[in-house]
Amino acid sequence: MTALARNYYRNRNIMWVLFVLLLVLHHDWWFWNDGRLVFGFLPIGLGYHMLISVAAGLLWGWASFYAWPPELEGEPEKDAASGT
Amino acid sequence: MFALVMISLYLLALLLIGRWAHVGYSRHTASDYYVASRSLGPFMLVMSIFGTTMTSFALVGSTGEAWREGIGVYGLMASWSGIIHSACFFLIGVKLWHFGKLYGYNTQVQYFRDRLQSPTFGLLLFVVVVSLVIPYIIINILAAGETIQILTKGALPSLFPGTAGAVPQALGSAVICFVVFVYVFGGGARSTAWANVMQTLSFMVLGLIALVVIAINLGGPVAASQQVAELRPDLLVRGAAAGHEARISHLEFLSYVFVPLSVAMFPHLFQNWMTAKSAKAFRVTVMLHPVFIMLVWAPCILLGIWASSAMVDGQLVVPLGWKDPNKVLGMMVDRLTPPFFAGVLAVGVVASTLALDTQFLVLATMFSHDIVMHYFGRERFDDQKQILLGRVFVVVIAVIAYLLSAFAPRSVFTLGVWCFTGFSSLFPLVFASLYWKRLTKLGAFTSVLTALAVWLYFFQEANWGLSRDYRFHGLMPVVPTVLASALALVVVSLLTKPPAAEVVGRFFPKDA
Repeated sequence: MTALARNYYRNRNIMWVLFVLLLVLHHDWWFWNDGRLVFGFLPIGLGYHMLISVAAGLLWGWASFYAWPPELEGEPEKDAASGT
Repeated sequence: MFALVMISLYLLALLLIGRWAHVGYSRHTASDYYVASRSLGPFMLVMSIFGTTMTSFALVGSTGEAWREGIGVYGLMASWSGIIHSACFFLIGVKLWHFGKLYGYNTQVQYFRDRLQSPTFGLLLFVVVVSLVIPYIIINILAAGETIQILTKGALPSLFPGTAGAVPQALGSAVICFVVFVYVFGGGARSTAWANVMQTLSFMVLGLIALVVIAINLGGPVAASQQVAELRPDLLVRGAAAGHEARISHLEFLSYVFVPLSVAMFPHLFQNWMTAKSAKAFRVTVMLHPVFIMLVWAPCILLGIWASSAMVDGQLVVPLGWKDPNKVLGMMVDRLTPPFFAGVLAVGVVASTLALDTQFLVLATMFSHDIVMHYFGRERFDDQKQILLGRVFVVVIAVIAYLLSAFAPRSVFTLGVWCFTGFSSLFPLVFASLYWKRLTKLGAFTSVLTALAVWLYFFQEANWGLSRDYRFHGLMPVVPTVLASALALVVVSLLTKPPAAEVVGRFFPKDA
């Protein structure tokens, strides 16, 4: 197995772990009844989920560079005519 | 009147952009008409996909729901969508693009016919997908017309006395259908991509501007939120607070994760994916899509909760006992922004209703490719005939969609969530087709038929969609529908003959 493939499989496993972690963190029962306002105006439950959105972007951004499927590294040569 | 002028200018700009995209960039080939010659780079792709996934709910609906239900709406819809949409783009969209480029697919039906070696399955999928898209189109047409009617009140009293001077909904819907039809007819995928860029920029920027202007007029964001904390603290949490019951149960909050799985099988999104120049063009999309959702939804959620307690001259902006959440954003803009701003915001709101373009195009693409060219023989149609065929179907679909919307009952809006449920129930199929070599034709058939049966069962249990709060043991009905579809797929696939090695080899290349 090439080094690229080894890194891919390792990073893919990390990706899945982080994905599941994000799914778990999404359910913020610790802020469920918390009505505090952060910076005086932002409900803490809303602010937390805005951070979840940012975290999702970071996760999938990281995955698209470090867990990128090796078969997609080279673009397919064939650009078949429309339709099959 | 200013709103009417701004909306008119925006629609004119859409026509011009569509024309420019067609004249300036089109290669006048069928590939260009249907999938923009698979040439869109990262920026166009992320804007186009985001514009396609955001609907009229993104601005108007989210504000109204937050006014009614509080901050939980963001976690329920926006942050779940951020995680799951990008997951679908990365895990499913890129792979489908790869096969589309390799084997020349323009539609999902073409892919599944080839993957499962079953023209009949393609026909079944065609019927199911088209049936799910049509209500979606009708809702968008109606929402666009209603939005224009609300925003143009008082503009032309002598012309439209029956609607207090507002452009009537039927006329507004007709104008929207016409504008969208013109630029889709002319430039196909390339025009819709550029139109989506304009739409996305419009509702992102204008939503943020609305937040800032309204916050200033409420005495600043701190004052606005403190007012909510005093008068409606229940909207700041999801659980029970200040004598109010919990807004949402933990189980229901969790079960919403299944709703955004629907994007994996949106046919119009599939066609968007096919327009990408390269697999790497998806990188910007997967990274920025959740952030874009946040930039659109977070301001709307804040505006919604502020609307519950905002006061002008000692009177609530949204009166106690107000019933229609869809008018809340308009009321806030009307009372808390300069007179001309309502016109500016009107553009953003109308922009958010214009996902119609990709829906018109995808139906035209599906009818031309999956029915006409498939059954009459693709070899009969050269490039120009393929484009002509697509354009004919754009005309037919625009007219039929408008007529259906003209006669659709009010209750069609309740179908919106059920359409998402239907698409989500097809997620196991597309995921398995890309990651499970053992998927069989019969497993796929059973999965779709099971999804259909379970969907119909819950739909009628929910009084044909009229019971907005229907839950299955506390869960959204999408949960058992997806699980039943997945179970049927796995069990029947394992019990039936595996697919041919040659077919598997085409879709599962050997490991490096």
